[in-house]
Amino acid sequence: MFNPSLWRFRRYSNAMPELLNLQREMNRLFSSVGQKSPEDYPAINILEKDGAAVVTAELPGIDPEKIDVSVSGEILTIAGSTLQETFAQGETYLRQERGLGNFKRNIQLPFQVNSQAVEARYEKGILMITLPRIKENLPKKIKIK
Amino acid sequence: MVEKDMQKMENVSATERVRNVKTFVPRVDIFENKDSLFLVADMPGVDEKTVDIELEKNVLTINGRVENGRIKDATMMYSEYEIGDYERVFTLSDEIDRDKIVATVRNGVLRLELPKAEKVKPKKIAIKAV
Repeated sequence: MFNPSLWRFRRYSNAMPELLNLQREMNRLFSSVGQKSPEDYPAINILEKDGAAVVTAELPGIDPEKIDVSVSGEILTIAGSTLQETFAQGETYLRQERGLGNFKRNIQLPFQVNSQAVEARYEKGILMITLPRIKENLPKKIKIK
Repeated sequence: MVEKDMQKMENVSATERVRNVKTFVPRVDIFENKDSLFLVADMPGVDEKTVDIELEKNVLTINGRVENGRIKDATMMYSEYEIGDYERVFTLSDEIDRDKIVATVRNGVLRLELPKAEKVKPKKIAIKAV
């Protein structure tokens, strides 16, 4: 709906979570209340380092084999499913706050990604994907004579 | 699940903290069988060295410290979540056998097995036919 452009907040990165929270709340007020929006899961942070984008996401308790990260052009897709608890007969949750089942999220990056050099790491429940830019697309420095 | 539930919830406690970081309330699942109570908490960024569990009388406190996950020389461009510690307090109703508590942390998920004490385990009472 009123999604912010990914790169607009660059200068005020400290205030971003607050602003986005506010925006989410506003969106929630005006859109149908209580509607599921699995496309917003997982929450991501994007950093820039040496011309590469580093996307991090908090995905606790997921089998690394079952996280599906794919890149095509400038779209990054993170998909997977959370582990389900198996119960013996007659047992149920006393409280359930975790677990979402399947999720899939597409993230648009502002540049074409060199898909050969993408690296993904999963550690302590945090997924970190490094996405380098295609060499030909890197800004070229022009010498002034 | 509503959108709000998918975001991390900040812990707004009355007590001031020493470490200058935000704390969050980890999401938990609780379930039980006849022998034990299980508690599973989502705490991304926490490993076995940085989690503290305390049981005092029947108050269970979970504490997770998250080391600053900042990447060197990187600039933040877009952010949807914040990094911080975890804290949550539970009051347990059953008596727990505190010597047999088992805790594991894997992929940022804390799993606690709290065995019930012998005396509170449900006993089946046989009814004698007269």
